[in-house]
Amino acid sequence: MQVLYGRHHVRVFRFGLRLVRDEQVAEDLISEVFLDVWRQAGKFEGRSAVSTWLLAITRFKALSALRRRKDAELDDEAANAIEDSSDDPEVAVQKKDTGEALRRCLTALSQEHREIIDLVYYHEKSVEEVAEIVGIPENTVKTRLFYARKKLAELLKAAGIERGWP
Amino acid sequence: MMAMSKKMLEQEPSEIEMLLPWHAAGTLNARDARRVDEALARDPELARQYAVIRQEYAETIDLNESLGAPSARAMQKLFAAIDAEPARKPAVSLKISAGISAFFASLSPRTLAWSASLGAVALLLQAGVIGAVLVKNQPGSFQTASLSPAESHELGPNAPPHALVRFAPDARVTDITALLDNYQASIVDGAKGGLFRLQFGNKAMTKDEIAGLMNKLQTEKIVTLAVATP
Repeated sequence: MQVLYGRHHVRVFRFGLRLVRDEQVAEDLISEVFLDVWRQAGKFEGRSAVSTWLLAITRFKALSALRRRKDAELDDEAANAIEDSSDDPEVAVQKKDTGEALRRCLTALSQEHREIIDLVYYHEKSVEEVAEIVGIPENTVKTRLFYARKKLAELLKAAGIERGWP
Repeated sequence: MMAMSKKMLEQEPSEIEMLLPWHAAGTLNARDARRVDEALARDPELARQYAVIRQEYAETIDLNESLGAPSARAMQKLFAAIDAEPARKPAVSLKISAGISAFFASLSPRTLAWSASLGAVALLLQAGVIGAVLVKNQPGSFQTASLSPAESHELGPNAPPHALVRFAPDARVTDITALLDNYQASIVDGAKGGLFRLQFGNKAMTKDEIAGLMNKLQTEKIVTLAVATP
C-alpha cells in the first residue's frame, strides 16, 4: 500500500485539488481514495492501468465532495479566478503574458472542462481511458475536449489575448 | 435554413482536429498519429491550431506541477484509518495452515519425534530412487540452454528475412507490438546497443522484397533505423 501511495498520491492529489479547489478537502480526498483502494483491492481486474482506476475513484469522490458544497460558493470562486483585481502596471504586464493568462483561464474553466483537459494533457490519458474515468462515450470525450478548448479561447479573448484560434 | 445548417457543419470539428490534443500529449496509437502528421503537413490552418494546443499542453502541465504535493497529514490519516479497519476474514489457505498447526500442537513431543524420524527416512528413500532413475537415463553429455542447431533459426536461401531495427526513444510498447503484428515480425534478439534483431514471417523473400520491406519500415514513425541482415 505504501508503494502504491508513494507512486500515485501526488497525481491523485493534484487531480482532486483541480476538481475541488480546496487543499484540505483534496487531502481528505486522497485518504478516502486510497482507503477505498485498500478495501477493494480484490475488485481491481487489471483491465485498465492502476492510475486510471485511481483517477476514476478520485473523480467520483471529488464530485461527491463538490455536491456537499454550495453552488454559489463555487460560482464565486470561478469568477474570482478570472476577475481583474487591480489595474496596476505589474498586473497589466502579467496579463500580456500569455502563459500566465492561460493558466488563469485554465483555472476558470468549468469542472467538466477542467477535468478533461487535465486528464488528457497532464495525466496523459488516451481517449479510451478518459472515457473510462469520466464514464462517457469516446466520441463525447473528443467533442467535450474540443469545446473545453473553445471555451478556453473565449476566456483568453475576454482577457485580451488572441492566439489565432478559433 | 440551408445556409444555417451549412454554417453549423462548418463549425463542426473534423475527426483529425479533435485528435490534435492527444497527438500533442503523445497518447495516440501509431496509425492515428500518422494520420494526424499527414494532415498537419498539408493543412496550415490545422498546424496553426496545433501550435496553440502545444502551448495549452505545456501550460496545463505547468499549472498542475505548481500545485505541489499533499502534506504528511494525508498519509498519516490514511494509515490510521487502515489500522482502525476491522480485521479481515482470514483466507481459506490461512485457515488450513492454522488447522495443521493445531494438529501438530496437539501431538506429544515423543510422537512428534518419531514422526519426524519416519519422515526423514521416507525422504532419503525417495531421493535415492530419483537419483537412481536419473543416473540410468543420463545420455552422458551436457545440454545447453540455447536452442539446438535444428531448432535455431534457419540460415541460407530458405531463411526468413531478418533485420536490425532501432525504435524511436519515445516509442510505446503498444506501438511496437502493433508494428510487430502488422509486419508479422518477432524479436529474436536484442536490445544490443539499442538494436533489436527482428524476424519477418516464416518464409524466405527475394532481395527486392526485402529492400521494399526495409524501405517501408524506415517510413514508420517509431522506427529510426532498419537494416536487413542475413
